Amino acid sequence: MPPTQQPDLPPVDGRTVLDSRDITRALTRISHEILERNKGAQDIVLLGIPSRGVHLASRIAAKITEVEGAAVPVGSLDVTMYRDDLRLRPARALAPTEIPSEGIDDKVVVLVDDVLYSGRTIRSALDALNDIGRPRAVQLAVLVDRGHRELPIRADFVGKNLPTSLAEKVAVRLAEYDDGEDGVTIR
Amino acid sequence: MKKHLLSAGDLTRDDAELILSTAAELRSLADRPIKKLPALRGRTIVNLFFEDSTRTRISFEAAAKRLSADVINFSAKGSSLSKGESLKDTALTLEAMGADAVVVRHWASGAPHNLANAGWSRSSVINAGDGTHEHPTQALLDAFTMTRHLSNLDGRRIAIVGDVLHSRVARSNALLLQTLGAEVTLVAPPTLLPYGVETWGVQTSYDLDAVLPKADAVMMLRVQRERMNASFFPSAREYSRRYGLDARRMGSLQEHTIVMHPGPMIRGMEITADVADSERSVIVEQVTNGVAVRMAVLYLLLGGSEPALTTSEESDA
Repeated sequence: MPPTQQPDLPPVDGRTVLDSRDITRALTRISHEILERNKGAQDIVLLGIPSRGVHLASRIAAKITEVEGAAVPVGSLDVTMYRDDLRLRPARALAPTEIPSEGIDDKVVVLVDDVLYSGRTIRSALDALNDIGRPRAVQLAVLVDRGHRELPIRADFVGKNLPTSLAEKVAVRLAEYDDGEDGVTIR
Repeated sequence: MKKHLLSAGDLTRDDAELILSTAAELRSLADRPIKKLPALRGRTIVNLFFEDSTRTRISFEAAAKRLSADVINFSAKGSSLSKGESLKDTALTLEAMGADAVVVRHWASGAPHNLANAGWSRSSVINAGDGTHEHPTQALLDAFTMTRHLSNLDGRRIAIVGDVLHSRVARSNALLLQTLGAEVTLVAPPTLLPYGVETWGVQTSYDLDAVLPKADAVMMLRVQRERMNASFFPSAREYSRRYGLDARRMGSLQEHTIVMHPGPMIRGMEITADVADSERSVIVEQVTNGVAVRMAVLYLLLGGSEPALTTSEESDA
């Protein structure tokens, strides 16, 4: 297979800030907050940003279905071609963009990502959305907000605010994507 | 580091699979209301065509435009190329205009290689068909179409039938499909098999009826009358009786076997109309896939700071 985004993480290293149960609780809370803010699951479309955001989006979708009893459309949005650093590195392999068949026009799109950092990925995602349709509103859910924004972007739903220094590395591991257990570590 | 795409034989299996998987992601763009991505904004791609072509030129043009590149079409007719300007001077002109990539089709085998390696310009060169030599993006789109119908090409049997001698499509396909693990059989009358074909690593046969029942994909080639300077077979009628694909022969194919043709096809010569329009035929799909595959090639060669082919490290931000 072509090079996909490989987790370049050493076997659990650094300080664990969220373990698997913390992650589950954070996602449960985010799911409830999404429902509360939007007064139900009506018109919500969850779009995960590859790679781990897609798995987080599916987990949130499952939780919302559990609470509301109705399925929410979930998909993925690859932002590679919209990145502002595309020209700074060799061309990267693309990840899937799967927009649910309902489309995103007049929906409330909730973007889901693992770590919010500079905000540049989210800017790319907003540009990418623009080429796909016109949502009624766009909201952002992230598992970890580590600060150091370089653009005026903020998250609507945050699993954990994690103050970090620029030298630190935040690593998210998810059972579906990485080997082993869920966890967020900092080193 | 590969900056050019000159021959299907230059691609490693990883390269080829990266192109095909990128094309698979890009293909969904065709279903969106806005068929455009910003990856090559501000880059200039020149289509330099010394030989007539409809689908390849249009396909490259659509691919480049969907990636937001600026496209300049340069065809031999109606330009100073027809006044006798040399390839070198044309290349220097393109360089002066700041072309990032040159998509070149030329009647002379090896012209793209010359353009890429003579030091005339810094552009990436993409071979869009040179003489009877190679047509790598056609092979990539053929392989892409096959993978969509047959999934993995490992151990698949592909029959390439017809005028192999004059076919750049056959050579590029033979190279690429073997890289991807397929078994290729060339079927042609002895006069239309190229000299030295035994070094290609493929099987050859003169008997179409013996090959068809085992094939997973059958690729029919056009008889290239315009390149023929002698008579290679007694008559068109005899050729199509022995090497044409008609309904009777199609009946001997396996259930899942697909029928392909790089176009332009001559209905009634190498393929009958009922076969070309049958459910097995993926000829129209090949054209659609061509745009996605060429987008993948352009993106991987020009999208980043350096070409992505034959590098394999990846990271995310």
